[in-house]
Amino acid sequence: MALDKPYLDIPGTTVFDTDQAAKGYHLNQFAMSLMKAENRERFKAGEDAYLDEWPMTGEQRRAVRDRDYNRMIELGGNIYFLAKIGATDGLSYVQIVSSMTSNDADAHAEMMLRGGRSPDGNRYRHEWQHGD
Amino acid sequence: MARITASVYTSHVPAIGAAIDRGKTADSYYAPLFAGCEPARRWMAANTPDVIVLVFNDHANAFSLQMVPTFALGMSAHYEPADEGWGARPVPPVAGHPALSAHMAHCIIRDDFDLTLVHDMPVDHGCTVPLSIMFGQPEAWPCAVVPLVVNVVQYPVPSGRRCLELGRAIRRAVESFDEDLAVQVWGTGGMSHQLQGPRAGLINQPWDNAFLDRIVADPEVLSAVEHVEYLREAGSEGIELVMWLVARGAMADLAGGGAPTEVHRLYHVPASNTAVGQLILENALT
Repeated sequence: MALDKPYLDIPGTTVFDTDQAAKGYHLNQFAMSLMKAENRERFKAGEDAYLDEWPMTGEQRRAVRDRDYNRMIELGGNIYFLAKIGATDGLSYVQIVSSMTSNDADAHAEMMLRGGRSPDGNRYRHEWQHGD
Repeated sequence: MARITASVYTSHVPAIGAAIDRGKTADSYYAPLFAGCEPARRWMAANTPDVIVLVFNDHANAFSLQMVPTFALGMSAHYEPADEGWGARPVPPVAGHPALSAHMAHCIIRDDFDLTLVHDMPVDHGCTVPLSIMFGQPEAWPCAVVPLVVNVVQYPVPSGRRCLELGRAIRRAVESFDEDLAVQVWGTGGMSHQLQGPRAGLINQPWDNAFLDRIVADPEVLSAVEHVEYLREAGSEGIELVMWLVARGAMADLAGGGAPTEVHRLYHVPASNTAVGQLILENALT
């Protein structure tokens, strides 16, 4: 029997389930290694060499180098692990999070001040098939 | 005997901790939020417990993907604030209560909850931001903390029903502990927020406010809400709100006692990417 995943029809959202966790295991473990200050320094001093220490796929390495958070999440990353990469870059959560949306950080912060992204029109994938 | 005097509910947004740590609470962005927290701080100063059972989720700081416990109970006398990548927060270490932890572990596991027992772990913003919100910047936290860590990051996560039942088991455990302790149970996280993907920034004020009403008045019905509703309506990280049901389950009215008294409620948008909610419910005197 296939796993029941009723959340797959939510637009613009990747739920970090066991399949994603399996796909992203080494990507997330790499990101978590950046909790240690000495590892952050080593990563900043030579990203490729540091990334080579982790058995990630080429696509995962490229997504990290590109700081493409949507792609990292698609490839099994979870935001709480990936946030350590943003922290190493000196970014805030708003900066990390906004990079995954169509807004820049200032426009995202402004949207949040106006009450955030409405759930209306953002609940089901079919609502995004026109326009977005 | 120990008794549960109140349950406390609050978001644990890291940016709120950063605002406190960096002295930015009076900035125009944060001033309304901290003004809204003042009644909670005043109440807490007058009603500081001996121990807090603090329910929160680890955000990939204590537990790597190597092992993700569904429910983990801290057994230690001491928990250090985690370095989450930005450096550890400049807050005091958290003092545990090993005797209460051990008693809770025995009772709750015998009560059919297969807890993971953790003897050494750092605590992240899920634990330290609620303490900062309620107690400010003391030299040492004014009470002991028993951390109870819930997985809400890797699906499948525990159901609302299971969280409410865990709260009931916590009440039975605490109230059978011999020492005369005032204990609060804190449920943290939420409210609506989504930190990933093109839908990031989602906030659902009507849903959040209905949640606040329902957790006070109708927690049994609320506990039946499915995960997918949290995800769809409150954002992918809004699922943290199931942890509020653990605290609610520990209240006397869910074991045949009187209804609690709501002494504080706050709802504020935004803090960073998140809607902030707070509640304090005092237990009925028995």
